Amino acid sequence: MSAHIVAKRETCIGAGQCVFADPDAFDQDDDGWVVVLQADPASPDAIARAKEAVNVCPSRSISVLTRPEPGAGTGEAG
Amino acid sequence: MTVNAIQTRRTDPYSPPAEHLELQGDEPVAFLDWRDGRKAWAITKHADVRTMLSDVRFSSDRSYPDHPAHGGYVPGAHKGAIIAIDPPEHSAIRSRVMNEFTVKKISLMRPRIEEIVAEALDAMLDGKSEAELVKELSLPVPAMAIAELLGVPYEDHEFFEHNTAIFADSSHTDPSQRVEAIGKLRDYISKLVDARMDARGNDILSRQLDAGLDAEEAVGLGFLLLIAGHETTANMISLSIMTLLDKPDLLQQLRDDPSLIPGAVEELLRYFTIAEVGGLRLATTDLEIGGKRIHAGDAVYGLTNTANRDPEVFPDPHTIDFKRGARNHMAFGFGPHQCLGQNLARLELVVVLEQVIQRVPTLRLLDPISAIAFKEWGPNYGISELRVAW
Repeated sequence: MSAHIVAKRETCIGAGQCVFADPDAFDQDDDGWVVVLQADPASPDAIARAKEAVNVCPSRSISVLTRPEPGAGTGEAG
Repeated sequence: MTVNAIQTRRTDPYSPPAEHLELQGDEPVAFLDWRDGRKAWAITKHADVRTMLSDVRFSSDRSYPDHPAHGGYVPGAHKGAIIAIDPPEHSAIRSRVMNEFTVKKISLMRPRIEEIVAEALDAMLDGKSEAELVKELSLPVPAMAIAELLGVPYEDHEFFEHNTAIFADSSHTDPSQRVEAIGKLRDYISKLVDARMDARGNDILSRQLDAGLDAEEAVGLGFLLLIAGHETTANMISLSIMTLLDKPDLLQQLRDDPSLIPGAVEELLRYFTIAEVGGLRLATTDLEIGGKRIHAGDAVYGLTNTANRDPEVFPDPHTIDFKRGARNHMAFGFGPHQCLGQNLARLELVVVLEQVIQRVPTLRLLDPISAIAFKEWGPNYGISELRVAW
């Protein structure tokens, strides 16, 4: 499975919850807006941490899109 | 159903109101008698409260006469008060101040917060063997943290601490004294803003004036930091220490492994969820939540304290588990209005627990839990007085 992180600045409120949940993938710039450091988490652990960031984001500004590797079975969207 | 949605009185410090827990099991979205012949919705499941607080059609705009928080507990409502307006106006103002509260920026405050806590503990412990902890520790720590943000000069600290303590004490102080203290603090913050208009300093007011806030908005921001960040944090400090002293096995866990303290703070935030009315909204259109039809003009209560005990989200929800690792609680609310200062509150709580555990190993409660004066009537749950000895 591969995954891709998408974060929306338009709705971000700078709470920083993503930074606590997954500091490898998320940061805040000097103004407080979400910054994606690593948009393509590779390991299942990294994907799980990114999904935890989705779970704790108060403004629902983060999505993790997952899809099967080419040639694999059906995928899921998160 | 006899439950009254607005009666959020807690009779057990370790539990949300029993009636609300009952609702969560029986009728998680319930239309109940409220006040003045009006009914209000009480929402008690975690998922439903999150959905509600994320949906801006449930309005925070307190200028609606029908808003359940209209004319409510915020003294001196002011221009640009971000807790009382909706996006897009809310987003524009919040986005200007959010740079002050980033994870990085707050972590840079740690050395100063450590000093503030150490000074409060020095004063509390000095030559004595007992103290009233709310007055000596819980209230001064957040007051000084806010003074730091605002750039209150050292010579004004005593004035600031004294008047914020009266302002925070809604249960005991003579109401006229409280009104007087609120007036003094507003005047003081106005003077501080005037001084910054002439000469900027290294503080939040100066930076926000630079970023385009006008003087009135800057006073409002300063006052909001007090309303939102002082008594609330003080209550969590008192409740956290009370819990550790009342449940020695929990205290021992933190003594054995201080790295558990941030997780303990998170769990105590979930467990107490002190803001009783943080989830008050007005439905501005007809919409459905949890299978119930809510109508435009209805008052809606997202009961976050009960939602944070939802067994579907927090297994064994009534147990305090420092290793739970759950950050998806709503102690700071949810949605676009989630607490701006939450990371500062967390830092203050962590540093207080670190230092109290390390410096006062013999700390104990002087009164049984049943004799402690709790703030049962809100708007924030907490403790009025907590007598301790060491």
